[in-house]
Amino acid sequence: MKQLQSILEKDSFSRTISSIFSILIGLLFGFIILLVSNPTQAVDGFLIILKGGFSTHAKGIGQVLYFATPLILTGLSVGFAFKTGLFNIGAPGQFIMGAFTAVYIGVKWTFLPAPWHWIVALLGATIVGGLWALIPGILKAYLNVHEVIATIMMNYIGMYLANFLVKSYIYDSKKALSMNVADTAVLPKAGLDKIFYNTMGTTKDLSTVNCGIFIAIIIAIIIYIILNKTTFGYELKACGFSQDASKYAGINDKRNLVTSMVISGMLAGLGGGLLYLSGGNGRRIKVVDVLAIEGFNGIPVALLALSNPIGTIFSAIFISYITQGGHYLQTLNFVPEVIDIIIACIIYFSAFSLFFKDYIFRFIKNRVQSMEEKKQERLEDGGEE
Amino acid sequence: MGVLSLIVQQTMLFSIPLLVVALGAVFTERGGVTNIALEGMMIMGAFTSIFFINQMQDKMSGQLLLLIAMLIAIVTGTVFSLFHAYASINLKSDQVISGTALNMFAPAFAIYVARMIQDNGVQQIGFTNTFRIKSVPVLGDIPIIGDLFFKNAYITTYIGLGILVLSVIIIYKTRFGLRLRACGEHPHAADSVGINVYKMRYAGVMISGALAGLGGLIFVVPTSTNFNATVSGYGFLALAVMIFGQWKPIRVFFAALFFGLMKTIASAYSVIPLLAASNIPSDVYKMIPFIATLIVLAFSSKSSEAPKAVAVPYDKGSR
Repeated sequence: MKQLQSILEKDSFSRTISSIFSILIGLLFGFIILLVSNPTQAVDGFLIILKGGFSTHAKGIGQVLYFATPLILTGLSVGFAFKTGLFNIGAPGQFIMGAFTAVYIGVKWTFLPAPWHWIVALLGATIVGGLWALIPGILKAYLNVHEVIATIMMNYIGMYLANFLVKSYIYDSKKALSMNVADTAVLPKAGLDKIFYNTMGTTKDLSTVNCGIFIAIIIAIIIYIILNKTTFGYELKACGFSQDASKYAGINDKRNLVTSMVISGMLAGLGGGLLYLSGGNGRRIKVVDVLAIEGFNGIPVALLALSNPIGTIFSAIFISYITQGGHYLQTLNFVPEVIDIIIACIIYFSAFSLFFKDYIFRFIKNRVQSMEEKKQERLEDGGEE
Repeated sequence: MGVLSLIVQQTMLFSIPLLVVALGAVFTERGGVTNIALEGMMIMGAFTSIFFINQMQDKMSGQLLLLIAMLIAIVTGTVFSLFHAYASINLKSDQVISGTALNMFAPAFAIYVARMIQDNGVQQIGFTNTFRIKSVPVLGDIPIIGDLFFKNAYITTYIGLGILVLSVIIIYKTRFGLRLRACGEHPHAADSVGINVYKMRYAGVMISGALAGLGGLIFVVPTSTNFNATVSGYGFLALAVMIFGQWKPIRVFFAALFFGLMKTIASAYSVIPLLAASNIPSDVYKMIPFIATLIVLAFSSKSSEAPKAVAVPYDKGSR
């Protein structure tokens, strides 16, 4: 019993349980939606979602990793803000501004040699993402504007600005997309092209995955170290717990708040760079009046990982995995938006997963306590005799 | 005169949905629950009611059809808001996260259902606009004022203004309004004098859902000929309008007019001679309402009069 209690008291355990619980309910809800809309094919459709990226073998898994890369970064962005007491719903804006910067540098700054070109492009994306978060950070710290409202406004401004900038400077009007970046700005494959491909006759059908996934994982580890092993990270987290208490302890709370927001924005901006510097068969920026979905999906990624940077890697891969499954759903005439519905359900349930966690924890604790009390009573009774 | 009356008419079309939704936000926040899912509730309200119009427009038209559609939008918004109420009141979850989930759910749901049930498999739901009132009888004949306010109008404009009057009365002159405000300021004190905080908060969230659903419909009807699973950030703008209006209905009305004007400039710049000649691209104009919001918030948030207990789940046991 003691052992069970010690396992349950471990935060990470009960948190993982509550995340898995949210995922299961979300998937169940998705299945019900499939069942209602087309009962005969619902089971097949659901299996396609579960099979996710595996439906197209090695290349499919590569694609899962490719689309997981920006999600890891936006997930880290939202999660980092959560840890420091902020809700950064502005990842879509920071993401798209970073993406534009990376592609702009990738197309225009061809004077840079091979490795430096993509490195500078990524740095540019990171910096612009940070700047995009600097504005709401300052507004929050010094003018008391709630960061949720401010970052939402910055999302729309960023979306329209990026559309305008893409159309003005790097537009491929034939395809209505941004131009291809120069070869020197494409992220290297780092050997991944030798694993993730399908053979089509004599040619290799390569996956788009590249060294971006490694960069994302390294960044996740760095963020983990900053948050958990450094004084700097501790101060940022302290401000998140209680601004007044940290002020009293001599921490510059306003500067820390702005710093947290900027770091969060930098992560989202880098995510935009990593997704779009991917060469011929990779993504290019679409000029549409829709907020970047990779940014919004950072929220479920962070929530499922409970803002843990290492957990973010896995939850990003999971979200990317079922999103890929959603694309294959179209072969059965289902609409891929069912995946967004599932993700929304997962967020909804993870919003009160802490409630379940506390409930289960309290229930078991009470049981254990009452047993121990009985034991104690018996001992005391014995002592009196 | 032509341009001026056009601007006034357009401003009303943009302001009234903002006003209605922002008033909804006032009710929920005054009760102590923050609701960033207004955007999603607008989408759900617009979705069901416009689908209704789409299906019924062969059989009926004009104001009766619009009024029934408005009822449907209100019911949809109310039902959808129950999800937010349950999560944030009963389960004491993070209200922003619950709202985010509903905001993601609504457009995905609208697209999914539209593509599944429409024969052509597209996500847009088209409708024919038979609701414009060319000129209100009698009132439309008044010189100047008639041109500005009673021509090319929609019945929704007057209903929106009616809701404003009703909101002022309910919030300031009724027992319900006083109790609602008490729950947003100091729920424990309210509870101690026998007010059911949970019930009051439910009422606040449901009113916001009803008004947001309605707002979704009256945003889409005059400005478009189809519904494409979006209300272009209006739910979020409504939240900003509420903050700018300092949680007070009359001030919210003026804030909504201001944003409506901004939005009008953003969408009708091509008919305003001075702006049309300046050759500024349309994307820049589209940014204007959002930039204006940020600037206005920067100046009006410092001395915020937000309800004290907003976004804090009410727990009877805590002190």
